[in-house]
Amino acid sequence: MSALYFLIPVSLLVAVVFLGWFIWAVRSGQYEDTSTPALRMLADEEAEPGAAPRVTDPTPKQEKRE
Amino acid sequence: MLTNNGLGHFYDLGQGAGVRVKEEPASGGRWDYLDDPGVRDRLLDFREGNLARVTLHVPAMHCVACVWLLENLFRLREGIGSSEVNFPRREVSILFDLAKVPLSGVVALLDSLGYPPVLRLDAVEGRRARPSFKRLYLQLGVAGFAFGNTMLFSFPAYLGLEPTAAAGLSRFFGWLSMALAVPVVLFSAADYWKAAWQAVRRRVLTIDFPIALGLAALFGRSAWEVMAGAGPGYFDSLTGLVFFLLCGRLFQQKSYERLSFDRDYRAFFPMAVTRRRGDGEETVPVSRVKVGDRLIIRHRELLPADARLVRGRGLLDYSFVTGESAPVEKRAGDLLYAGGRQMGTAVEVEVLRPVAQSYLASLWSREEVARPRSGGWAGITDRVSRWFTVTVVGVALAAAAWWAGRGQWGVGLWAFTAVLIVACPCALALAAPFAHGAAQRRLGLAGVFLRSADVVEALARVDMVVFDKTGTLTAPGQEETVWEGDELTVAERRAVAALAGQSAHPLARAMVRAVGRIERRIEVAAFHEEPGFGLSGEVDGHRWCLGSAAWLRRNGVPAPVGGVADQAEVWCAVNGRLLGRWRFRGRLRPESAPVLRAWRQAGMRLALLSGDQARERDRFAPLFGPDAEMLFEQTPAAKLEQVRRWREEGRVVMMVGDGLNDAGALRASDVGVAVTAGPGEFSPASDVILEGGRLDRLPAAWRLARSTTRLVRASIGVSLVYNAVGISLAAQGLLAPWICAVLMPLSSVSVIALAVGGVRWAAARLGLPTAHAISPETSTLEAVAV
Repeated sequence: MSALYFLIPVSLLVAVVFLGWFIWAVRSGQYEDTSTPALRMLADEEAEPGAAPRVTDPTPKQEKRE
Repeated sequence: MLTNNGLGHFYDLGQGAGVRVKEEPASGGRWDYLDDPGVRDRLLDFREGNLARVTLHVPAMHCVACVWLLENLFRLREGIGSSEVNFPRREVSILFDLAKVPLSGVVALLDSLGYPPVLRLDAVEGRRARPSFKRLYLQLGVAGFAFGNTMLFSFPAYLGLEPTAAAGLSRFFGWLSMALAVPVVLFSAADYWKAAWQAVRRRVLTIDFPIALGLAALFGRSAWEVMAGAGPGYFDSLTGLVFFLLCGRLFQQKSYERLSFDRDYRAFFPMAVTRRRGDGEETVPVSRVKVGDRLIIRHRELLPADARLVRGRGLLDYSFVTGESAPVEKRAGDLLYAGGRQMGTAVEVEVLRPVAQSYLASLWSREEVARPRSGGWAGITDRVSRWFTVTVVGVALAAAAWWAGRGQWGVGLWAFTAVLIVACPCALALAAPFAHGAAQRRLGLAGVFLRSADVVEALARVDMVVFDKTGTLTAPGQEETVWEGDELTVAERRAVAALAGQSAHPLARAMVRAVGRIERRIEVAAFHEEPGFGLSGEVDGHRWCLGSAAWLRRNGVPAPVGGVADQAEVWCAVNGRLLGRWRFRGRLRPESAPVLRAWRQAGMRLALLSGDQARERDRFAPLFGPDAEMLFEQTPAAKLEQVRRWREEGRVVMMVGDGLNDAGALRASDVGVAVTAGPGEFSPASDVILEGGRLDRLPAAWRLARSTTRLVRASIGVSLVYNAVGISLAAQGLLAPWICAVLMPLSSVSVIALAVGGVRWAAARLGLPTAHAISPETSTLEAVAV
């Protein structure tokens, strides 16, 4: 039984990692628009050189969303 | 252009992508005003050096291919970085390099692709932030996380395992549960503490007060139990309670991203206007327009300020402002009010008053219109919670006093907290949000969009329905033509079509539609048009006259002398002989007659408030029935006053209207219903938005709202029964943790099931759609608003 004193905090720690993951997902704006990504994946992406935007976004995700 | 940039794939995505790509960019200069620093900086979301991000509203996007194209803009133009589409809002957010491409360049590129961004005055004046649910999601996540884990820790207690297994372990679990409950109390439940504190300060008892009281009692009692080693506490109930409450809050906050319920005249005005400068023209932001400026207003453009006509022939369509359907003729020197739409050739006007001081803007600055809507009455939940709180606190104190009187102070304190805990009005607080939220969703499926779930309660109380005529009962822009006189021969019809085809006047065009196709080969000789009066010309040697009675008399035709010159009729004569006349009137929507009949069957009091002239009274009287009030020639202010008078008589008024002229009345009514032509179209500030074709759903929406309020009452009754059982146990000091742990979720879940299931059943019984199906008949508004 004493193993529980160790195992339960460990399992709780794992759960906290998932909670942190959820918090990150919310804060990065993934819950703001849940229907566009569903449409976005319908278009096939052609892998061609230079296809990435040349102007990159310097701001961290969170600020951009505000 | 697309193929050159590796985007040829675009057309593979959708056969009917339906996007025209203009080969040449739109004529330069049209968007130049966007590079004006004052305008640009207000439009940009953020800017750092030369990097900028702008979010533009693009109503034209409608498919997967649109999303794909708009997110690949960087391939089309140097200097454009990543772009991201928010499809429900029809917005695209573009990152670009100001040094390489100006804002006007970005907008011109979108325009040339067939996605012209809509730039209205309200984008630069007073931007509204869209509500973000981020905080609510986080609160819900934390509460759910804590709820799940504390439930696991509580299992030994539920199953009665703890005494024999290990006493230390149960204390350990208690401490862990408390650690999990602290963030729930401090973060997830923060809004309830704030709301309760505000309620106390304003000395009103809202539902938040007993909730906060219950939460405080739960936490205090549980923390004491854990620290004293007296038991595991009720942390599972506490976290579960907060979790369910937040779920209710999320369920209630359904919003329709594409619809805006708070628009004012600025959402209708363009952002820029053409101004004359010397001999040339320039495009300037409307906010820069000064008194004395000369503006050029072209066909179908909107006049943004009160002005005097200087040059050209004004033919202004004020249907949006006044509700009068026929366009008004204006001559040089006449005063023009803002909000009119010019039909026909371009005119030049001189601005008399600043944009913000026009007659139209003054309608909004009136106090009753500008003021935010307030409910007027407390919701049913708050009404119940007033005496509920008093009763609960009374019972708790009585129980404590009774035990204390017998000298058992410990049991007294025990009973006091137990009553507060078990009486925590979780189910009471959940009934209305879930029932109203469910009703709002059902109505959304039926094409009736509510501003918020609370509107359901106001809708249920409506006992008088007031209709606007133009654009609401009649379809906008569709004139119905009635010929009065002998039947015209084919040759006569062709002659009329040829003559009327020479003019750009809206009535002439309506006549062409009425008599049939134009045969281009017919020659019209000696054509003459007298603005405001009529046309004349020779076809096949016969002399035709079309126009007002006065115009015909002037041409030597013995036409009857009418009272006032009625805009909406055209007389027809050939060779000096009168043939008859056309009368024009708004075409009734096919839904108008059924909806009025349904309201009358329901015993609803009806009224008509029209800005139009009274000439159509006879047509609407049979539809509205003998008891209905019918008022014509109502100015926007008069409509507002009339609605307010009815409300003062004790009526709960639903106003159904479509234009700016109804905006005040919509605002003054208890439930304002705006009828709109489509999702991108303008609709004035209102509580409900629906498409014209869904007008017939209104009576069913009203019935559903009434069923919903009855369901809320029943659910509140059920929750009170649970509370009564719990309180009676708690007052006797019999409340075991497992009873609390079972009672709380049981009451919440059963009340939610009753509310949501009941609304579904009521909606199905009323014939409202119960599932969303995207079919060709589904309107565009419904397809995305789910």
